[in-house]
Amino acid sequence: MQVELAGMKLRNPIMPASGCFGFGKEYAQFYDLEKLGAIAVKATTVEERAGNPTPRVAETPGGMLNAIGLQNPGLDHVLEHELPWLERFDTPIIANIAGTTTEDYVAVAERISQVQNVTALELNISCPNVSCGGITFGTDPVIAADLTKEIKKVSKKPVFVKLSPNVTDVVTIAKAVEAAGADGLSMINTLLGMRIDLRTRKPILANQVGGLSGPAIKPVAIRMIWQVSQQVDIPIIGMGGIQSAEDVIEFFLAGASAVAVGTANFVDPYACPTIIDELEEWLDRMGVNSITELIGAGWKN
Amino acid sequence: MDKGLLQVVSNELVADRVYRIRLQGEWVNRKIVPGQFLHVKCGPGIDPLLRRPISISDVDQTEHTLDMIYRVEGSGTKILSEAIAGNQIDLLGPLGIGFPIDQRQKGERALLIGGGVGVPPLLYLARELAQKGVRVTSVIGFGEANQVFLEEELGSYGEVYVTTIDGSKGHNGLVTDLLNEQYGLDNNAWDVLYACGPLPMLRALQDRYQATDKEAYLSLEQRMGCGVGACLACVYPAAEGSDHSYYKTCSDGPVFELRKVVLG
Repeated sequence: MQVELAGMKLRNPIMPASGCFGFGKEYAQFYDLEKLGAIAVKATTVEERAGNPTPRVAETPGGMLNAIGLQNPGLDHVLEHELPWLERFDTPIIANIAGTTTEDYVAVAERISQVQNVTALELNISCPNVSCGGITFGTDPVIAADLTKEIKKVSKKPVFVKLSPNVTDVVTIAKAVEAAGADGLSMINTLLGMRIDLRTRKPILANQVGGLSGPAIKPVAIRMIWQVSQQVDIPIIGMGGIQSAEDVIEFFLAGASAVAVGTANFVDPYACPTIIDELEEWLDRMGVNSITELIGAGWKN
Repeated sequence: MDKGLLQVVSNELVADRVYRIRLQGEWVNRKIVPGQFLHVKCGPGIDPLLRRPISISDVDQTEHTLDMIYRVEGSGTKILSEAIAGNQIDLLGPLGIGFPIDQRQKGERALLIGGGVGVPPLLYLARELAQKGVRVTSVIGFGEANQVFLEEELGSYGEVYVTTIDGSKGHNGLVTDLLNEQYGLDNNAWDVLYACGPLPMLRALQDRYQATDKEAYLSLEQRMGCGVGACLACVYPAAEGSDHSYYKTCSDGPVFELRKVVLG
């Protein structure tokens, strides 16, 4: 079950996805967070963010639209309260960082990468729910690469770049950030979507549009990871609708080296530990000695 | 809080599109505060994907049963309305902060105000208050006569005033109209107020009682994702002077002190 990516050793390849697990406190009420391979914590910005107006979620068949808007308590609070609280768990922390300008991102990266229990950074250039920053950094290969370079200059820890599926050619962006020094990729973030209330004839989300997650987007994630993993030499943390051990295997076959579980945590707070147990059983049953032998097996001969 | 599987005892229509589902199991033995809610997986599979927050309307720990009263609004509650005796329901709870009742003293007067599907949690609240010797008055409002429910049950614990918007049952108008009629604007007829109902009703109550120094609590509703405080979908801004900038309806609420939250 052990995997190693960008120098990080994980006891298993399962982690909760950023934005779907807060800073761990809520789910620590249900199980020991040391069960997890890693934890990708909520996106952090320099200043506290209030996020978008409500309603912030809407449901779709097999999916969920959200427009939270990167609400978070801000870098100082995260450094003083959230990350120290997580020290009690021997579990690698991946700090997701976001910003409005390059300077914002750099400021967060510089300080948060110095925190002892932060094992890696995840550069959020793909949030679809904020008017500045977020996805605007992730849809242009030059801008994405420039930001990656700046973050690499200040980060003491490996940098994963979280890619958006809302682009014409994800491979170009992936190669650009790899060339800029990214240590790994996280893919995919949510797909931009929308729902309209039939009665009011208005969008359900106050932000009008939101990011689609959940099982509905899994085929898109599998396709993109399949495409990208054949073109880059850095590891990919796969995500997008994972709900079961079988889903995890499919992501590995497509080329992922670890996976993050997002929306499934909302449906079942025990989603991550359940998937970890089922995955172990699946590997035993199928006679797979190490899950790493499945990475990219879907396209390798 | 934890996940549990409870068995359906009954699931019956009690008003227009409104059902009462009774669930049974050892899980009910835990402490459940009036105003707390359950996050219910309405059907198997991924459509609908998310759980639905539904308030607990009554608890009977000798029979290990709890009731939820819900209105069919969409696909999730439609599926739930089709559950029959013997089916199992996957739920998460009890969640949230309920109505504070620990400080209530015998002889105090509680005013319970409910609108539509905000009425159900008031039943368990009324039962618990009555057991403490608190005098309970309920004011409940609905759209029209065929939507009225719980009038009789609430009547076991004190006076009940019913109002309908179209006047087809009880008084004619909104609960706030009835409050004017019954209590007047300058009222001293109660010691504590508990309310649950649609946002415009809660806003009206907040405007009206903002300046009183009496205890008053509102139970809020908001579209939720996780139900446990992680996803930040269900927030309300906190009132000025609070130690928070926002509150999460699922874990900081759903019950809030009337002056603490901005209803926007």
